[in-house]
Amino acid sequence: MSKLPGYRRALAGTQPEYLHPAYVSSRKRAPSQPLVYLPHTLSEITGPVFAPETVNVKACDLTRQHSGEPLGERIIVSGRVMDEDGKPVRKTLVEVWQANAAGRYQHKVDQHQAPLDPNFGGHGYAMTDSEGRYRFITVRPGAYPWGNHHNAWRPAHVHFSVFGPAFATRLVTQMYFPGDPLLPFDPIYNCTADESARERLISVFDWESTIPGHALGYKFDIILNGREATPMEK
Amino acid sequence: MTLRATTSQTVGPFFSIGLERLNCAELAGPGVAGERVTIEGRVVDADGVGVPDAIVELWQANSYGKYEHPDDQQDKPVEAGFRGYGRIPTDEDGKFRFTTIKPGAVPGPDGKLQAPHIAVSVFMRGLLRRLVTRIYFPDEPGNAGDFALSLVEVERHGTLIARKTRGTDGLLKWDVIMQGPGETVFFDC
Repeated sequence: MSKLPGYRRALAGTQPEYLHPAYVSSRKRAPSQPLVYLPHTLSEITGPVFAPETVNVKACDLTRQHSGEPLGERIIVSGRVMDEDGKPVRKTLVEVWQANAAGRYQHKVDQHQAPLDPNFGGHGYAMTDSEGRYRFITVRPGAYPWGNHHNAWRPAHVHFSVFGPAFATRLVTQMYFPGDPLLPFDPIYNCTADESARERLISVFDWESTIPGHALGYKFDIILNGREATPMEK
Repeated sequence: MTLRATTSQTVGPFFSIGLERLNCAELAGPGVAGERVTIEGRVVDADGVGVPDAIVELWQANSYGKYEHPDDQQDKPVEAGFRGYGRIPTDEDGKFRFTTIKPGAVPGPDGKLQAPHIAVSVFMRGLLRRLVTRIYFPDEPGNAGDFALSLVEVERHGTLIARKTRGTDGLLKWDVIMQGPGETVFFDC
């Protein structure tokens, strides 16, 4: 078979360490042994491919999945999925989930004393287009308290899960909102050493995607590992 | 390179609302060729306590050793009813279970065949970034010279190789030990 290149690795500091003691749950779940470096083989440069026809319009409009409209500030979250060379990642699946406007998830484990919204499930998915673009209509999630430390609050965020072209490019992350006063205090947001890498998790308010009289737009581009120029067999 | 890859963040405790749509513990539809295997195990933390909010994702070749992906240019058949992808959340005790077919061998970096294996991603609350590991199969002659296993100390190979169970045909056990004695080998992928 022909020799195909592998994918690039993260630059030091731009991805979180597994053990981040300020995030208490990482203490007993982070591996203690160093990871074993695995050169990419066919198993890592391939990955699941999902057919575009599995996506429907309601899946990317979280405000229209129920009989009524959810409470909260309607927003548009859109952006592009690209690789590190700026090339669009086409026809890849993007999954999102989030709390409702009151800061409560539609999940049995979430017992935060804030109301559930019968018109908001808080999850959706989309397939990127030929330019790598995706777009969700949703409501701005609320901040919520959690048990990590005294008076701990998560900043408002939307969870993203992206596959990309290969097993090696799989990414799960969280998108935050500009100007959130809770960001400097959040151990999850702050788990990454590199400040500019953290800041790229903050969406940008965007007039272009804002719909007059309807919803504010936030832009969030997602960058996946780029491909090595040299063959993986080097 | 002009951009930097986006930083990973934890899936948190509530991922099931967003991810359950693609849950899949039966990877091979009826009629898919290959030896059927059921693999079950438990994800446990440093205290040996089951992790009730983990999710295990699987990626594997079909029984011919072919991935359903455009970059797999081998002249081997793909099969309808087999994508090679699985996603299984753990239960309240940290247990998971799935059924698939044993994958065929796929080439390694030197062109030599790798031993049959399943590529695994593990996500959970408390994990800021996914962990990658592999499941290999017991009594597999190819394990001895396998490319990825050869990168791992021999004493730790057992964490990557599923165990046979007595008396139950095709049932294999494979646990994910996050930290401490018997800690699973995780790869920098």
